[in-house]
Amino acid sequence: MNTQATEGLWRHARKLLVAMSLGGSLAIGPVHAAPPTADVNTTGLAVTDSTVKVGILHSLTGTMAISETGAQEAEKLAIQQINDMGGILGRKIEIIQEDGASDWPTFAEKSRKLLVNDKVAAVFGCWTSASRKAALPVFEKENGLLYYPTFYEGLEQSHNVIYTGQEATQQILAGLDWVAKEKGAKTFYLIGSDYIWPRTSMKIARKHIENVLGGTVVGEEYKPLGDTSFGSVINKIRLRKPDVIYAAVVGGSNVAWFKQLKAAGITGQKQTLLTISVTEDEVLGIGGENLEGFYSVMKYFQSLDNENNVAFVKAFKEMHGKDSVIGDVTQAAYLGPWLWKAAVEKAGSFDVDKVVAASEQGDIELHTAPEGYVKLHPNHHLWSKTRVAQWSKDGQAKVVFESDLIEPNPFPEGYQ
Amino acid sequence: MGGFSYEELQAILVMQGFAGLSLFSVLLLMALGLAIIFGQMGVINMAHGEFMAVGAYTTYMLSTITETYVPGFMNYYFVFSIIAAFLVAGVIGYFLEFSLIRHLYKRPLDTLLATWGVSLIMQQIFRSVFGAREVSPTLPEWLMGSYQPTDTIDIPLNGLFVLGLTAFVTGAVFYLMFKSRWGLRVRATTQNRLMSGAVGINTKMVDRLTFALGCGIAGIAGAAFTTIASTGPTTGSLYIVDTFMVVVFGGAASLFGTIASAFSIAQAQSIMEFFLSGSMAKVLTLLTIVVILMLRPEGLFSIKIRK
Amino acid sequence: MTFFYDKLLGGKQGAIGLAIIALLILVVFPLTLDLFRLNLVGKYLTYAFVAVSLVLLWGYGGILSLGQGIFFGLGGYGMAMFLKLEASDPESTKIQSTPGIPDFMDWNQITELPWFWVPFESFGFTLLAILTIPALFAFIIGFAMFKRRVSGVYFAIITQAIALILTVLIVGQQGYTGGINGITDLRTLNGWDIRDDSSKYILYFINAFLLLGCVLVGRYVLTSKFGRLLLAMRDKEDRVRFSGYDVSNFKIFVFCLAAMMSAIGGAMFTLQVGFMSPSFVGIVPSIEMVIFAAVGGRMSLIGAIYGTLLVNYGKTVFSESFPEVWLFLMGGLFIAVVMFFPNGLAGIYEKYSKRLFSCLRNGGDCGRRVTARILSFRTKSRATDDRRTGEAA
Repeated sequence: MNTQATEGLWRHARKLLVAMSLGGSLAIGPVHAAPPTADVNTTGLAVTDSTVKVGILHSLTGTMAISETGAQEAEKLAIQQINDMGGILGRKIEIIQEDGASDWPTFAEKSRKLLVNDKVAAVFGCWTSASRKAALPVFEKENGLLYYPTFYEGLEQSHNVIYTGQEATQQILAGLDWVAKEKGAKTFYLIGSDYIWPRTSMKIARKHIENVLGGTVVGEEYKPLGDTSFGSVINKIRLRKPDVIYAAVVGGSNVAWFKQLKAAGITGQKQTLLTISVTEDEVLGIGGENLEGFYSVMKYFQSLDNENNVAFVKAFKEMHGKDSVIGDVTQAAYLGPWLWKAAVEKAGSFDVDKVVAASEQGDIELHTAPEGYVKLHPNHHLWSKTRVAQWSKDGQAKVVFESDLIEPNPFPEGYQ
Repeated sequence: MGGFSYEELQAILVMQGFAGLSLFSVLLLMALGLAIIFGQMGVINMAHGEFMAVGAYTTYMLSTITETYVPGFMNYYFVFSIIAAFLVAGVIGYFLEFSLIRHLYKRPLDTLLATWGVSLIMQQIFRSVFGAREVSPTLPEWLMGSYQPTDTIDIPLNGLFVLGLTAFVTGAVFYLMFKSRWGLRVRATTQNRLMSGAVGINTKMVDRLTFALGCGIAGIAGAAFTTIASTGPTTGSLYIVDTFMVVVFGGAASLFGTIASAFSIAQAQSIMEFFLSGSMAKVLTLLTIVVILMLRPEGLFSIKIRK
Repeated sequence: MTFFYDKLLGGKQGAIGLAIIALLILVVFPLTLDLFRLNLVGKYLTYAFVAVSLVLLWGYGGILSLGQGIFFGLGGYGMAMFLKLEASDPESTKIQSTPGIPDFMDWNQITELPWFWVPFESFGFTLLAILTIPALFAFIIGFAMFKRRVSGVYFAIITQAIALILTVLIVGQQGYTGGINGITDLRTLNGWDIRDDSSKYILYFINAFLLLGCVLVGRYVLTSKFGRLLLAMRDKEDRVRFSGYDVSNFKIFVFCLAAMMSAIGGAMFTLQVGFMSPSFVGIVPSIEMVIFAAVGGRMSLIGAIYGTLLVNYGKTVFSESFPEVWLFLMGGLFIAVVMFFPNGLAGIYEKYSKRLFSCLRNGGDCGRRVTARILSFRTKSRATDDRRTGEAA
């Protein structure tokens, strides 16, 4: 790593220290003086005088490998940066990586292995809701700690999980408000892939459109995962002439959807389209030219122009190649190790219950997050901003709207 | 559907008709190669989808090469990539037949397993060479966008292109199979291998070329498919069931049946997709096919052959 | 006693084979593996139910089903529905807008337990349903297809399509089925916590005994007259038909039996893994289970268990250390088994053991004995049993 990057890291470190001392956590000593292991680990975790073990659990093989690679790389980057700064409570982080292999029982088994056999202090991992749902009972049973990076449908708040991505209302409401105000949108056509996240998201969107914005939903459609024939759907949309197409199509279908939209003459110039399922990662497959002019709603875009993000993008590309792109989930995954570090240092212990208790104080915050300032809510989710950005041909998005910090609300009243 | 003008409804009708036609051409192009291999040779090629992916990746490679070295050629490369896709997939098919398939002609169920193994290996090769991400080639400008005969009607150009390509390939296949000497040999071999051998037909060569032709057509289908969807290592496996259903539904040994079956499945699916939600349309289409096949196992069109 | 010895154990060779696998599963694994690994083995053994059923169906019956995942799934979902209802008592679901129904239903605005869920509140019904619903389903499919003499490749493709339909349906109807996430967070069985270490041991042993039971049932079926007919049907269906037997009834029966075995595997899977999801119903798991049987030897019930254990062990080891190599290996395995070892591990063992015990002159286990018996009925022109005709083309 070159000097500039290292400088960037030290800047991170200083900021973090300032943040922590401001946060009132003066009980712990300087980071480098390692407290005795017996004090920081009373539950038999894999913590020695100089190291602490954590797990990374993502799919390296199978259909999900493509999506989970970025997250896993970001977590490694964060851990390396933390180690370069001296580690946590004077202990270097050692990674035990396991492959979930895009197979949900494997996620549960590997979680058990990490928690029971390896006694890791925390696990960074899972991507799909299905893998999280499979692993969750294990984390609750063995009292482990999982940092989960994906924006997801909400309706969950486990003692043993910290959610670093946005829950559905955070991502959805601000985007809809923007499009209603900015574009005067009244009619919406909802389309998504057929599984829990799009369906839950659309449910929230529909309630918000009908009850808050006073608009109408003129169509709602779910396509099977992997389906590539959108001709009939596009005709239906044309018939209904919605002001806004609101899309949550994922995977290979996503590419077919945007290609066929363009081929049908529905382009960014003629039609407002808001999607909640396209990040920089997906654009590689879809192609910027097919997305030009459409909008994505996310909390993070690679193009964000702030000091933290510039340093993060630079470090990420140095570590994983200059052609790598950073999507929303990748950034959220990067936050995991930092949030864990902040909580461990506040708690002065690696014990899961103490770390969770520290996390639930509501004052774990990161000033150095690439997406900007974030704060951990007692409900285990992050306060974060939501951004609307417009895609251009080169596969990058220009932010056109940025909300204030939004409170996470995994069980939204009136939206269920 | 109140509240819509006559013209609008007419426009939708035209476009919906075209959506069905477009799906038809895609299904037919996918199924033609399989119809030859499965219908004429009785080989279950579970790696058929992967041969489509070979075609798609060939197109992607040519697109990348053209974009880097001869950007001025971008408008024309696609035509060449279709030919290249045919050749590459055909050559791979030729070697596959030589090294594996020919040993298994007597055991159709075992070909199924062996070619499934081949498909796994091909998927991993794609993943190692091209990465796990979905890729799409940069399409020439003339393939993008839509043709507007009137203000309200948009006909996707890529759909028109695939339709034309399918018509051409189908015509060529029919000519080859039913008008050429070679087709005569293929049909003779299918009907009576021993006799064909006795009258001097090199049946082994016929098998090899037939298999290669089927794979080559899969390659063309893959190339055409890049215009409407993306390509990833596992793309092929998404289409394999649909493709087999088209061939089986049509009556395995009948090429005409394949066309009829692709047409009826495509129309049924696109109409159901218009009136129902996506998932249920898919379930209902497949279910209808399965039920019809249970009632009429030989498919829509069957050629009476001695069992 | 002779009945027991000859029919169930399959004579001396068969008894030894059974004793070895029983020793391995019941003694060696529990003593040498930690609970984590043992639990993994337990999961693999649930797949072995399907592999054993495929030996009956495919190895002996010549009927290749690429949809055994359907029955594995039906069994698994049946058990999962019962466990989920027990886990969703009004007390632990009181934050929901409708307490007392499974959480995923609540998220999908379902306010009342759907009618087809209600009977699954009873454990007795659930056990019955796990066995009968898959069998009934298999009967319907089998009746429709075998009566019309659909066989071989067509049957394989249609079962595959049905597996796909069921997956799309489960994923699409998430309010009733839990969708793609499946039915998760299962806790207790009649108040007994299935997640405890001790319960995991108990479940492992129940699973192992059930599996050995299925092997015995399979042996019984194969050594009876029915087994010989099955084999005769596979090789010359028309001759059996001309001899006055109704071939389709036998096929339907073996298909239903295979479905029931697979369903037991599915139910045990749910109990040991703690959830069920559509990814075990679809095409890929269905075909993978065929390869387990093929690797073990499609003619050997016990071989199927070894095959399942070996392939899954390989999968775990390779996907941990060389994930890129795994698919190559798996693909190579499919090809190698078909090309070079059509009788899988059992075939290799026989070759080897024959050389070793040539003085014994007993030759092979149950599968080989029956084959040999049948072969003697057949014309000598087709001496090798490797050359299988599959579909009579």
